[in-house]
Amino acid sequence: MQSWIPLVPESASTFSWQVDALYFYLSGVTLFFTLLISGVLIFFVIRYRRRTPYEIPRPIAGSHKLETLWTVIPFVIAMTMFGWGARIYFNLYKPPANAIEVYVVGKQWMWKLQHATGQREINELHVPVGRKIKLIMTTEDVIHDFFVPAFRTKADVIPGRYTTLWFEATKTGRYHLFCAEYCGMNHSGMTGSVIVMEPREFDDWLSGNTGGTTPAVAGQQLYQTLGCASCHGANGEGGRGPRLAGAFGKISPLESGQSARVDEAYIRESILNPQAKLVAGFGPIMPTFQGQVSEDQLVQLIAYIKSLQASGQPAQAASPAQAASPATAPSPTRNLR
Amino acid sequence: MRPIESFEVPAPPRVNYINAQYGLKSWLLTKDHKRIALLYLGSITFFFFIGGLYALMIRLELLTPQGDLLQSTTYNKVFTQHGIIMIFFFLIPSIPATLGNFLIPMMIGAKDLAFPRINLLSWYIYLLGGVITIYALLAGGVDTGWTFYTPFSTTFSNSYVVATGLGIFINGFSSILTGLNFIVTIHTMRAPGMTWFRMPLFLWSHYATSLIMILGTPVVAITILLLAFERVARVGIFDPALGGDPVLFQHLFWFYSHPAVYIMVLPSMGVISELIANFSRKNIFGYSFVAFSSLAIAVFGFLVWGHHLFVTSQSVYAGMIFSFLSFAVAIPSAIKVFNWTATLYRSSISYDTPMLYALGFIGLFTVGGMTGLFLASLATDVHLSDTYFVVAHFHYIMVGGALMGYLGGLHYWWPKIAGRMYPEGWGRFSALIIFVGFNLTFLPQFIAGYLGMPRRYHAYPPEFQVFNVLSTAGASILGFGMLIPAIYFVWSMRYGKHAESNPWHLPGLEWRTQSPPPTENFEVTPIVTWEAYEFAPREETEVVGKFRPELERI
Ligand code: HEC
Ligand code: HEM
Ligand SMILES: [Cu+2]
Ligand SMILES: [Cu+2]
Repeated sequence: MQSWIPLVPESASTFSWQVDALYFYLSGVTLFFTLLISGVLIFFVIRYRRRTPYEIPRPIAGSHKLETLWTVIPFVIAMTMFGWGARIYFNLYKPPANAIEVYVVGKQWMWKLQHATGQREINELHVPVGRKIKLIMTTEDVIHDFFVPAFRTKADVIPGRYTTLWFEATKTGRYHLFCAEYCGMNHSGMTGSVIVMEPREFDDWLSGNTGGTTPAVAGQQLYQTLGCASCHGANGEGGRGPRLAGAFGKISPLESGQSARVDEAYIRESILNPQAKLVAGFGPIMPTFQGQVSEDQLVQLIAYIKSLQASGQPAQAASPAQAASPATAPSPTRNLR
Repeated sequence: MRPIESFEVPAPPRVNYINAQYGLKSWLLTKDHKRIALLYLGSITFFFFIGGLYALMIRLELLTPQGDLLQSTTYNKVFTQHGIIMIFFFLIPSIPATLGNFLIPMMIGAKDLAFPRINLLSWYIYLLGGVITIYALLAGGVDTGWTFYTPFSTTFSNSYVVATGLGIFINGFSSILTGLNFIVTIHTMRAPGMTWFRMPLFLWSHYATSLIMILGTPVVAITILLLAFERVARVGIFDPALGGDPVLFQHLFWFYSHPAVYIMVLPSMGVISELIANFSRKNIFGYSFVAFSSLAIAVFGFLVWGHHLFVTSQSVYAGMIFSFLSFAVAIPSAIKVFNWTATLYRSSISYDTPMLYALGFIGLFTVGGMTGLFLASLATDVHLSDTYFVVAHFHYIMVGGALMGYLGGLHYWWPKIAGRMYPEGWGRFSALIIFVGFNLTFLPQFIAGYLGMPRRYHAYPPEFQVFNVLSTAGASILGFGMLIPAIYFVWSMRYGKHAESNPWHLPGLEWRTQSPPPTENFEVTPIVTWEAYEFAPREETEVVGKFRPELERI
């Protein structure tokens, strides 16, 4: 899978050209210095070859001027590389707020993906072109890495954490998805494809693939069966436990006097290790659910809690049609590039 | 100003460190740093051979895109064991334990290292670590990658992780003892007149290496211990299922292993300084800049480990700091390259084999270093990390840099070590073959990497095949090139021409004693009255460019 430029992979995301441009700059500088040094070296080696066996050349101590020159010039060039690379990196790892979210769970040796609208996929990810997609990723076992060369981005997928990766595809097609962190026996088989489609086609694909409940609805069911409702209220309005409706994204005051932002990782920790960060005003009565919920189920519980609006209405994401809306609505703000 | 003398030693040579005593016992219980260097030479060559066989298996497997030659579990063990053997049992000890051991006392005019018994002990420790590791490989092998990332290594791998870890752990003490010995020796045992700034740069770079060895190795030892503890006792340190943090392992691991790459390449830089100066009969341009850049690398090398974690959910701000520091640490290496090149200006360059290796080193190390900038730069690293680009980069540094320096140094000091000359024609020929084979092996991997081929893949998409075929072809040439010196070094020990005490006509202290040297190195302790790399004209010479004792500044 190559682009029309030789030796560069296909470009299919908004990052591709940015990374390629930097790559060309780095390659140019590398080529220049490698040729310069080998050129000078070869010239000296020929010009100053030993002509008679006993000649002794005149010693030269050195030159502070030259030393300064070849310290400062490389440093300045290095700083341009640093600044340029850092700017792109900042965008690469700062997911925009309004992206379509897809949950990814890695597992030896497959990728399990689930769209907010419920569709599940294995080793394939269908996304619409021109939309920002944010992957919320974790793994059931060892570290993996979600790598799409055509998008010029990757991120490790780490057990016990949520990592995110975002991109906006610019070209329809089918692109390699690789696991780029060695994960055991079938690491090289943990590959798949990202399929970028026209938005209309993508909608068709979505509607042709319903069947599954959305993560939020599945989470709602879990919320009931695991008994969360008995403390947090049937719709997350609170009770013996704190109010969960509308909590996502807010700052939660802690018993310790500190505070914590309620994000995916925090909810995960609250469920698996509730005593780690006690919410102010509540006792340590929440039991741990470690060992009772799988990574998939955690993702669903999180999706449910995220879907609970301050009104306490869980129905928001429960309807697939509504949950799908971000996918079809145009993104209100463009990411500054 | 003293002329460079050349003691013509009639063959067979007088009593020297090799023939001073006979019998296996005299070798196994020796306290002579030169004999210990030879013990190391033999053992690291053995490990290099095993590591090379693994490399061969990797390259054969990758000839075709389907994983058809080895099973994936076997392949995973093969590349893991290749990495472990090459890094811990070949490259880290290579130059310091052989050339360093042999030459540090000779270059400062001492009779031995400060602690000869500890020196011998370090070899036994190395051997013990090696035997345990070989046991682990024979018992079933290890498949974690040489990086031992958790929680794969602590919880999921079914291979001999603890045994291998124990081997590496024990081996680490040999490094620490060697480093300690070198530091004390360089501080306390310099001959009268051998001031710090009269020391050959080989010593400066070994001093810097020793600092890293004693400061860094304990960290990796502790890390391995923690890993084994979690694996055996199931105490949560790294595995999140037990309440640990898997990324913590990576921080600890790279805190040692980034500086460790400098353990591998700094000694080689020291060798290159010697070769460049001595084979161009010129003092090193900017001696103090080259000397201090070694120390700068040793110190700043400890501050950049985070560049191995740019895609590991590290905060973007931490990423930026580590990126900045990584660019900064590249500068001292660049300074060295410029100074070596400038040394050649208006010099008198010979084309002997060691010099060919030195010139090859500069070219390959430049490529290795410049491609390091692609990985220090955040955005390109996100795309390149864990691809073949990284594999190519570190081989340019470790093979193109460290191994070339080692081979160059071995040829250069071989007359002193063995008392025999190696065959010059074969030497030049194989240096050329190795250079060509090396580039053919690893240049295509840069391209495959940018195209997205991940590393540690046993099977790969067919569009990458062309690069892998080139690479395997290059590896065959490289392997062939390596066999030639292996053969002629052994041959020359018996049949090589007897070496004079100073076959290259050089001023260094190691050349002012017979070849091979006597057990006590020098019959009388030398008094040093000359600067490093001070080439005085010989009486019978025809001097090109009038010799002026005071140095010229340009
Ligand atoms: C026995 C009652 C009880 C049950 C059952 C319970 N919790 Fe809790 N939960 C609490 C209490 C009390 C707190 C506040 C103290 C703390 O942080 O541990 C809390 C805190 C939380 C928080 C952090 C809220 C914030 O605003 O910081 C989350 C999220 C949460 N629970 C989710 C759940 C989920 C999901 C379940 C079901 C799997 C559940 N809880 C079951 C009592 C309960
Ligand atoms: C001084 C000599 C060498 C050293 C120190 C060295 C070191 C290493 C290290 C550390 C790795 C990474 C292992 C891992 O991924 O866990 C590696 C990988 C590799 N080496 Fe070497 N190596 C050397 C020589 C060679 C040679 C001569 C060849 C080819 C003939 C070679 C071919 C490879 C290949 C193909 C890989 C990639 C394996 C993979 O990631 O799938 N190496 N080497
Ligand atoms: Cu993997
Ligand atoms: Cu590093």
